[in-house]
Amino acid sequence: MSSLKLTLKVWRQPSRDEAGQFHTYHLEDVSTEMSFLEMLDVLNENLIAQDEEPVAFDHDCREGICGMCSLMINGQAHGPDNETTTCQLHMRHFRDGDTIVIEPWRAKAFPVIRDLVVDRSALDRVIAAGGYVSVNCGSAPDANAVLVPKTDADKAMDAAACIGCGACVAACKNASAMLFVGAKVSQMALLPQGKPERASRVLNMVARMDEEGFGNCTNTAECEAACPAGISLSNIARLNREYLKAALTAAN
Amino acid sequence: MSVVEETRLDAKIPGGPIEDKWEKHQFEMKLVAPNNKRKFDVIVVGTGLAGAAAAASLAELGYNVTNLCIQDSPRRAHSIAAQGGINAAKNYPNDGDSVMRLFYDTVKGGDYRSREANVYRLAHVSNLIIDQCVAQGVPFAREYGGLLANRTFGGAQVSRTFYARGQTGQQLLLGAYGSLMRQVEHGKVKLFPRREMLDVVVVDGVARGVVARNLMTGEFETYCGHAVLLCTGGYGNAYYLSTNAKGSNVTAAWRAYKRGAYFANPCFTQIHPTCIPVSGDYQSKLTLMSESLRNDGRVWVPKSADDKRPATEIPDEDRDYYLERRYPAFGNMVPRDVASRAAKERCDAGYGVGETGMAVFLDFKDAIARDGEDVIHQKYGNLFHMYKKITDEDPYHVPMRIYPAVHYTMGGLWVDYNLESTLPGLFVLGEANFSDHGANRLGASALMQGLADGYFVAPYTIANHLAGRQLPRVTTHHPAFQESLVDSRNRLERIRNVNGERSVDSIHRELGHIMWNDCGMSRTAQGLNDAIDKITALREEFWQNVKVLGKGEALNQNLEHAGRVADFLEFGELLARDALERQESCGGHFREEHQTAENEAMRDDENFCHVAAWEYQGTDSPATRHTEPLTFETVKLTQRSYK
Repeated sequence: MSSLKLTLKVWRQPSRDEAGQFHTYHLEDVSTEMSFLEMLDVLNENLIAQDEEPVAFDHDCREGICGMCSLMINGQAHGPDNETTTCQLHMRHFRDGDTIVIEPWRAKAFPVIRDLVVDRSALDRVIAAGGYVSVNCGSAPDANAVLVPKTDADKAMDAAACIGCGACVAACKNASAMLFVGAKVSQMALLPQGKPERASRVLNMVARMDEEGFGNCTNTAECEAACPAGISLSNIARLNREYLKAALTAAN
Repeated sequence: MSVVEETRLDAKIPGGPIEDKWEKHQFEMKLVAPNNKRKFDVIVVGTGLAGAAAAASLAELGYNVTNLCIQDSPRRAHSIAAQGGINAAKNYPNDGDSVMRLFYDTVKGGDYRSREANVYRLAHVSNLIIDQCVAQGVPFAREYGGLLANRTFGGAQVSRTFYARGQTGQQLLLGAYGSLMRQVEHGKVKLFPRREMLDVVVVDGVARGVVARNLMTGEFETYCGHAVLLCTGGYGNAYYLSTNAKGSNVTAAWRAYKRGAYFANPCFTQIHPTCIPVSGDYQSKLTLMSESLRNDGRVWVPKSADDKRPATEIPDEDRDYYLERRYPAFGNMVPRDVASRAAKERCDAGYGVGETGMAVFLDFKDAIARDGEDVIHQKYGNLFHMYKKITDEDPYHVPMRIYPAVHYTMGGLWVDYNLESTLPGLFVLGEANFSDHGANRLGASALMQGLADGYFVAPYTIANHLAGRQLPRVTTHHPAFQESLVDSRNRLERIRNVNGERSVDSIHRELGHIMWNDCGMSRTAQGLNDAIDKITALREEFWQNVKVLGKGEALNQNLEHAGRVADFLEFGELLARDALERQESCGGHFREEHQTAENEAMRDDENFCHVAAWEYQGTDSPATRHTEPLTFETVKLTQRSYK
């Protein structure tokens, strides 16, 4: 275990309606065994000791699954490590003397609430438009009544692993949510349970995505590179196929 | 402390044979006619498995639902972090499972401190849960023929656990979240994220609403309805370090306790045996490595305490596979409390491994040699990945180092068979209640309980309350709402105005140390008495010396944390008192004074075969301890044995 001396440039913004700016802080004795958020905890304890308000940032499970943590770290969503959320990023990926720039997700659909905290409720509204199977509780057939080929179930699980953090949107120059939407549309399209609403689901989710102010996909693949859950770009290809098929065959 | 033995809590358990109780009860309960359901407003607090399932199901039935959650999205509730799986008595593998066996295993696993009727119902509805989740598009693991796959979990000798890689909680929660968002789209659920519930509002003795703080703006808000469902999870973060999410807290349950809901068995906490060990003082949480790993991983320490060779260089004959040695019948799959205590015993005896000596090995060498790395990767890929991210070690090649950590809390608000607390109209679901797991929860049963409560129990039992009680029209202008709102606001203002020197986090950490050392895996009367004194002193320090910066009328995470720590400082004392009063060992509650010659937990069925439910008596008086006797008509009371 060794320790690092770091310079942090952190985005501070008092509220949604006020302008923000970078503040520079210096930290010493950062253990390489710490997670990135534990490093921010130490910064906040220091700030409180100096009567300065701590930096607000979203986090919860701290084990990479809830999708609550975010942060652009040196311009990369969730920082430099592959398939890793910020909470699972460890300081051993940084060097002594580094300057680290920490910003919130930046996208029209994700307004900043305070400091590094943004409003991602647009993603919930996209799911509300159709990211589910319409099945009321109590009416399901026996779980083994419908066979699902293992390969399809595995591919559906690959897509369903999305944690909804919004890194794909933050990493994309168009702030597109196509990877997020593609993952949910793919999961449902691959499973027999999702078939009855296959067409309406993709049309409604894409329409909602546009309404919420997310951009279109121009195949840069930054989203895939930034995704902590390893969601593949092929889900966007499937989304496009599903959308085309649905649009061509739509009743109205 | 006053101990009231004569008060008998009425659990409202229906009569008749255990197999028929639930169906009989369903028939006897009142119904709300379909066109009358829209006249009722129900408040659901929390969007984990219990909350999201209940909110969606109630909305599907036609009720108007108001749903609050503390995170920025309902999909982030801590149920999402559950890894290994969900139990059900489907008996698809044809290995002898049944509703009766799942029921039996759960009662035995809970060390005979749960309520038989509730556990039977849980086992009974478990199969419906799997059907429901598959229909929602939950991508459970499957066999090549397209049927669902199963694996084994601790405390069972059959394979009844359904799973979605190591992310079962995530997939089940996203299924429930999908159903919830569908109802949001239909306008039947009004969703309020980033809201923290700070009080239950009681009108004429019935829970009729809640006070919440909007965490984005700091404003206090009131919500009114005909019933309130608390689905707010457990209190593991009283220990500071736990596998819980950072935001998990006891505040909602504690506020309800102060309004008249009894708190049951707070000392029943689960310490999970397989977590990544603590690495430094800055540590903010502990990460679980799923119990499912014990299907293929073998737990061991060196036979000699002086053996400092790297793990891979220690040959089999110098390794002590102590769980297999002590418990040949169940081996590495003993229940969590047994595995945790065994790890602590080995480490305390000097056999621990790693830099701190507070860890044991979980080794996949044999499984990889037997099945190949690919198969192990398919089963546990994401867990191995997570382990490597945190420790920088590759578990495909060196054994994992693991140590027990606080994980789950079996205790919670007391509820009757209908999941209604002692405060009429207040229902408590999932981990927040105490009902089904006794003194120890078996693996893959938390998901089962959360979804059972939310999908299949509360939607029925709530009708009995709505149709059976006079519920006059009440609005948020009622004085009770204003009083609760002012109380909540004043309390946070008081915290902000202390203007002391100590950070909230440092006080929370100190509380965690007290809880872990004196109310952790092993407890004594002396330690518990010490803990009560230390917690009392720390609580006084909090109110005189805590330092919270910033405004109340804004997003202020420091203030949020302070409010929760203030409640943990009161709750921690109740936990210690409950542990002190329960002079026996059972499940996760181990009193050193009460153990067998082989250091196993020794129950005292004569004096403690009951639920302890605590009643709040105001800030200046100690809480009153009530009891609900537990009767075992179907499962015989015996000493648990996994040998």
